[in-house]
Amino acid sequence: MNGPTDSRLRGWLATPVARALLALALMLVIGCVFNADGAFFRWSVHRDMLRQVSVFGILACGMTVVILTAGIDLSVSSVLALSAVGFAWLTLPMGWPAVWAIPAVLVIGTALGSVSGMLVARMRIQPFIVTLAMMVFARGLAKVVSGGQKITNYVTGADGVAHLVPMPRIFGLIDSRVVGGNVSIVTLVFLACVLATWIILARLRLGRHIYAVGGNEEAARLSGVPVARTLIVAYALSGLMAAVAGICQAAQEMQGDPETGMGYELDAIAMVVIGGTSLMGGKGSVTTTLIGVLTIGYLQKILSLNAAPEATRLMLTGAIIICAVLFQRGRDR
Amino acid sequence: MSPEPLVSLRGIRKSFGPVEILHAVDFDVLPGEVHVLAGENGAGKSTLVNILSGVYADFTGELVLGGRSRRFSVPAQAVDAGVATIHQELSLIPSMTVADNLFLGREVVGRWGRVAFAFQEAEARRILDDAGLDVSPRRLVAELPVSVQQMLEIVRALAWDARILVLDEPTSALAEREVDALFARLGSLRDRGRGIVYITHRMEEIYRLADRITVLRDGVRVATAPAQELSPDELVTLMVGREVTRLRRKDSAAEGARQAGAAGRAPALEVRALTVAHPLPELARAGRVVVNDVSFTLAAGEVVGLAGLQGSGASDVLHAVFGALGKRAWGEMRLFGAPYAPSNPGEALRAGVALLTADRKGLGLAPWLSVTHSVSLSSLDRFSRTLGWLRRRQERDAVAELTRGFHLSAPSLDAPVRALSGGNQQKAYLARCLMVEPRVLLLDEPTRGIDVGAKADVYALVRDWTARGISIVLITSEMEELFLLSDRILVLHRGRISAELEGAVATKDAVLAAAMGVDSGEERDGFFAARDRDGGLR
Repeated sequence: MNGPTDSRLRGWLATPVARALLALALMLVIGCVFNADGAFFRWSVHRDMLRQVSVFGILACGMTVVILTAGIDLSVSSVLALSAVGFAWLTLPMGWPAVWAIPAVLVIGTALGSVSGMLVARMRIQPFIVTLAMMVFARGLAKVVSGGQKITNYVTGADGVAHLVPMPRIFGLIDSRVVGGNVSIVTLVFLACVLATWIILARLRLGRHIYAVGGNEEAARLSGVPVARTLIVAYALSGLMAAVAGICQAAQEMQGDPETGMGYELDAIAMVVIGGTSLMGGKGSVTTTLIGVLTIGYLQKILSLNAAPEATRLMLTGAIIICAVLFQRGRDR
Repeated sequence: MSPEPLVSLRGIRKSFGPVEILHAVDFDVLPGEVHVLAGENGAGKSTLVNILSGVYADFTGELVLGGRSRRFSVPAQAVDAGVATIHQELSLIPSMTVADNLFLGREVVGRWGRVAFAFQEAEARRILDDAGLDVSPRRLVAELPVSVQQMLEIVRALAWDARILVLDEPTSALAEREVDALFARLGSLRDRGRGIVYITHRMEEIYRLADRITVLRDGVRVATAPAQELSPDELVTLMVGREVTRLRRKDSAAEGARQAGAAGRAPALEVRALTVAHPLPELARAGRVVVNDVSFTLAAGEVVGLAGLQGSGASDVLHAVFGALGKRAWGEMRLFGAPYAPSNPGEALRAGVALLTADRKGLGLAPWLSVTHSVSLSSLDRFSRTLGWLRRRQERDAVAELTRGFHLSAPSLDAPVRALSGGNQQKAYLARCLMVEPRVLLLDEPTRGIDVGAKADVYALVRDWTARGISIVLITSEMEELFLLSDRILVLHRGRISAELEGAVATKDAVLAAAMGVDSGEERDGFFAARDRDGGLR
């Protein structure tokens, strides 16, 4: 009867994007069933989910790029904390305008990522070890910059007397909502990061190089791909994304906390792999990462709407990650 | 009248998803025979073998072994039932010793599960001696040359007294001498009543070994016949289902090249005193080299064949010319008269030199990259605008046009390259090298593991390229191919050029003798007399 259409549909259903979408759809169905007296059907719930998931999502974009090169970046949470602290320090005690502070923080994040990339590409140290070291180092640096304290708008002046300074407008601006209060700015930043990552991976030569290096590094080298440069740029991108996330985090918390973001790297990795991106490298996309971010975001939201205790939440999240990855892998081994 | 088969497969059907790969295939193996399974890539040979060796359990049809119907759910059950399989890919663990690998999964265990290492080692030494393999059981497998690893794999399968031995292209990584040793061993197994299933793409091997031949085409058994009743031409026709135009060595290109040389034009490539250090740093420090003072020139449109046995350094020469060895290689090179010293493959590609490595899987392709992206990978600069934004339509069209000329068949050009059959993967890899529009092409085993039809395609392409003035340095372990394609043959022995052969003096015997470093006439006669006895080369 409609055989060709049928097989085309089946072919599409086997793609990673379709599988990730099915997992997300399943999550939405669960949300509709356990709707907490209709709370799940209110836009504000979805808006808040998107806002809460944005910082993780930004990290996951950078993480996708690094994982595609068959690497891993454990340092994103610390770079995020350093960027949050740096941003608060530059804008509050130092009093820099946002137009200077933001680029400065982005440069620092990118630089730290580049250092990781260089250690991976030139010194041939395993990415896990390099970024583990960078994770510890950047956390320490965040504490040095902040003097071990949270940086707030309660600033010690030159006279040694602490006094309140007005919060710079940029903090409130990043944490505000637009389109009649329906979309958070951080969500827009997250979507911009997804778009930028998509363009890099799907439309630029750099993206091809990233897939090739992750798929078979030696083959990439013999194909004339500048392997070292590609790796360095991948880690630099991850650092840049972590810095963007750090600025958003500082704005949302209205302070620069050197302890912030602990363990975020694991959430970011989970979001990437739920989407079906392979930790072996060379296979995956940022589209599926976006879906993975939403899946985890909804899971958390549904559990909190239904007032599940934190212990349950953690256990369920762990189980869901395994199920999602198994589902994603499907039958093609 | 005929003896009871060791194993027989009846009416085997196997599907992957909606696609049926094998259509009611019958196949059996008699005691004391070598049964060659022939067919193009994608004909279903590997699928059939995987059913026999327990890799696939979900097939329809019957597998009768030892008088009863069997169905293996894991390969280990097939091994226990006496079916040993040697796949194309090595399955040894590189970080373990030779002895540990021989006993892998069959460890001799003492009390409390302690492995009897001393016993295993002694036993391993005996097994290796029996096989005539001069390797210490304590060596790490990673340190051994690929050919020795391949032999080890075969020795391991034989050590467990298999009644049926399945070999899927076991010689692709072996040098000629090792092939002889392997064949001698297979012969003695046959004499002892074992059944051997042998898959190969090499005509010469088929007729040296086969008692019977079964030909598969598109998942259908088209013939089973005793080897002497099937001529090579008939066999090829059965395999491809169409006539393959036989190619002949063409001298016009060499002639043209010679004329160009006479007219004082610079050769395409000049290599002077090329030397390559040993890959292991400690041996390199001790002054060991794998290529020693090699010099040659390559004229425009000329095909120079580099012949040599395992460890001759031929591949290292190609990698050095491609700039892939970095500081390990030194010497002087000129490309069309201009100094040429690439420090990485990217520079070589930009200068118009492309390399096809012998290791398609390890050094050639990234499995998940699509066909289009695999082919265009080395030529992305050509399709890039500012910031590296790709002109994707232009890229697609160029790849589609190029691959059409290669008769490349793929489900779609967007499919990952791993979904293609070996022959088509090889074509995609060749297409990548051609897409950079090279002036000098370095081909290391361009037809390894591809079927007869695809080989003919590659030969036709090579002729076409040389006619367009592309110069080629060719390495191949198949003599036929070497003679078919080369204008001139350089023979390497232990990193040095031991002979340069051209015209009438270029005979197979001369190449082999030079490759083995045979000088004295006496030794040479003895060697070839021995070869003639096991004979059978058509």
